[in-house]
Amino acid sequence: MRHILSLLLENEAGALSRVAGLFSARGYNIESLTVAPTEDPTLSRMTIVTSGSEEVIEQITKQLNKLIDVVKVFDLNEGNHIERELMLVKVRAEGKDREELKRTADIFRGRIIDVTDRTYTIELTGPRDKLDAFLDAIDRSQILETVRTGASGIGRGEWVLRV
Amino acid sequence: MRLTGAEITIQCLQEEGVEFVFGYPGGAVLYIYDALFNQDKVKHILVRHEQAALHAADAYARASGRTGVALVTSGPGVTNAVTGIATAYMDSIPMVIISGQVPTPAIGLDAFQEVDTVGITRPCVKHNFLVKHVDELASTIKKAFYVAASGPPGPVLVDIPKDVSQHIAEFVYPKSVSMRSYNPVTKGHSGQIKKAVQMLMEARRPMIYVGGGVILGNAAEQLTKLVRELGFPCTNTLMGLGAYPGTDPQFVGMLGMHGTYEANLAMQHCDVLLAVGARFDDRVIGNPQHFFSESRRIIHVDIDPSSISKRVRVDVPIVGNVADVLEEMQKLVNASSARPDATALKDWWKQIGEWRARDCLRYDRNSSLIKPQYVIEKLYEVTGGDAIVTSDVGQHQMWAAQYYKFDKPRRWLNSGGLGTMGFGLPAAMGAQMAFPEATVACVTGEASIQMCIQELSTCKQYHLPVKIINLNNRYLGMVRQWQQILHGNRYSESYMDALPDFVKLAESYGHVGVRIENPADVEPALREAFALKDRVVFMDFMTDQTENVFPMVKAGQGLTEMLLGAEDL
Ligand SMILES: Cc1ncc(C[n+]2csc(CCOP(=O)(O)OP(=O)(O)O)c2C)c(N)n1
Repeated sequence: MRHILSLLLENEAGALSRVAGLFSARGYNIESLTVAPTEDPTLSRMTIVTSGSEEVIEQITKQLNKLIDVVKVFDLNEGNHIERELMLVKVRAEGKDREELKRTADIFRGRIIDVTDRTYTIELTGPRDKLDAFLDAIDRSQILETVRTGASGIGRGEWVLRV
Repeated sequence: MRLTGAEITIQCLQEEGVEFVFGYPGGAVLYIYDALFNQDKVKHILVRHEQAALHAADAYARASGRTGVALVTSGPGVTNAVTGIATAYMDSIPMVIISGQVPTPAIGLDAFQEVDTVGITRPCVKHNFLVKHVDELASTIKKAFYVAASGPPGPVLVDIPKDVSQHIAEFVYPKSVSMRSYNPVTKGHSGQIKKAVQMLMEARRPMIYVGGGVILGNAAEQLTKLVRELGFPCTNTLMGLGAYPGTDPQFVGMLGMHGTYEANLAMQHCDVLLAVGARFDDRVIGNPQHFFSESRRIIHVDIDPSSISKRVRVDVPIVGNVADVLEEMQKLVNASSARPDATALKDWWKQIGEWRARDCLRYDRNSSLIKPQYVIEKLYEVTGGDAIVTSDVGQHQMWAAQYYKFDKPRRWLNSGGLGTMGFGLPAAMGAQMAFPEATVACVTGEASIQMCIQELSTCKQYHLPVKIINLNNRYLGMVRQWQQILHGNRYSESYMDALPDFVKLAESYGHVGVRIENPADVEPALREAFALKDRVVFMDFMTDQTENVFPMVKAGQGLTEMLLGAEDL
């Protein structure tokens, strides 16, 4: 099953490679991994999207907790949560396609953030499925480039993950 | 007090009460060596290869329970040390490794003797640090010692660039450490402990399975008391030998790939299993599915949460310091009038007695060739069972584990997790440094000993009178055994041709060498060697080349699928 793990880790050189190294050394899947400093500059927040059986996810959580730079690990699947990803797509937009692409972007609440005579660059945020659905909705041959950040996750309601 | 980084490093070691540093100098650590030169509290042991420095520091830790310390230079110093770091990591040995690094401005520029030490060692350390500024040096070393010895112990490396060791800072050694990201659990969950004791009392066919964690956690005494009180059978893993006394009637021998018939069968057929400081690794439970073909309830006590339910699902996990958990169990047992069903337990022991009667460790005692098992039995007798025994890796290691009966913890030092050939001799040095008066024997093979043979020179320099028991079968014996059993007798590259004359070799290093070729000479040779209290004696026993280690569970097979002897091949 797909799991979203949220981590707080020391904002130190090498912390990222410890996490990434753990996943590759033990053969765990990484669908995506995002990381950036938090409001407390000594801490980074990481979201890892992974998949595996319950046993594997349990091991991943335990192994992450063993890393000295990891302050907290939480499996967002244990409660209600929100997941968002940012995608930038550059598409070929010529002639009658321009109108059609604009309409599709609107339906997905995307924004066109850059325009040339022949292209649009569209910005889209949402859960993974929504971004996938957008890519499915437009003609594949029009896609020139896609950039996705990978998911960031946060728990719903008043619950917070902090030190 | 204003000191250079190098002086701070040595001061920190003094503050930590470090007696010995095992190391090897080089460009990046010259300031640190200079600081060592100017004091006499911390004694440096100059090895002949960095791998040996690590193994010696590691064995010093295994034998004494204190944190081992090694010091190596950048680049090749570090890469040579990696085998030793990984060896310690796999067996959870508390160590601090100080490595030199090129000066900070040169990092990343492919400088002379630069390697990414933090990157190379990352997967085989508990943690590592690169010290970027001299102001952080003392607090980093303090953290390193704290992390190495607490929780599940392990090696911690501190990489010190040359300029950091040269720069000056105010020296203050922190009194305590607190790390928000590191708070190892020590106390077991009381509810779980209660549940565990209740389960033990309900057992009809109980079994206690004890690993190296009991030795590392200094819990042998608590364990022995509890096992005796309960009257249950007990097995030790390769790493756990000595945790429960090897001569005790409740001890059913080592378990696993080369475990005894009775230990493996009891493990498979028990109905309640208490695992303490052990991790159900693949050399113990080769085939988890086969293990679960019979049902039993499992209690697992370990300080490392990730060791629990990793390969084998358990029913009652207890994360905590094993000594404390065992003590709490003992209290509950004492306070309760409940005891396991005596008749059931009696029947269980009767069953175990029948398995024992197979006498799975018997061997041909009338052979005209020296049987390796016989050498170990005699070694046990001659040393009164009271030596610190180190070993290398191979058949000789298994025979030492099977035939030397360890009654006390920290007397059997071997590389169980990584299986590092070359461990034995430097380990013997480390143990001898920790206990100068102890009898230290290194059981080795003619292949393994050559992986760190240069350390005979270190033994000479520091007067470390270790005794080397070389079971010389002129083969990479364990490899040959697998090739015989699993690869149709095709002995691919497992014969060691062109062996040195070990007697002359030992003599050239200034030691005593003896070759023993007849069974009748085994005991007298051992007696003579161990009587030479202040000399290294290299005993080269020419053993039966065809002997195999039995019982044997082939890799990936079930515990009860044992080969018991040549007749099973
Ligand atoms: C560094 C290293 N390389 C290779 C191996 C694989 N290996 C395991 S046992 C063994 C043979 C050891 O031979 P020897 O030391 O003569 O001991 P014996 O098995 O004959 O008792 C080898 C090559 C290892 N464990 N360690």
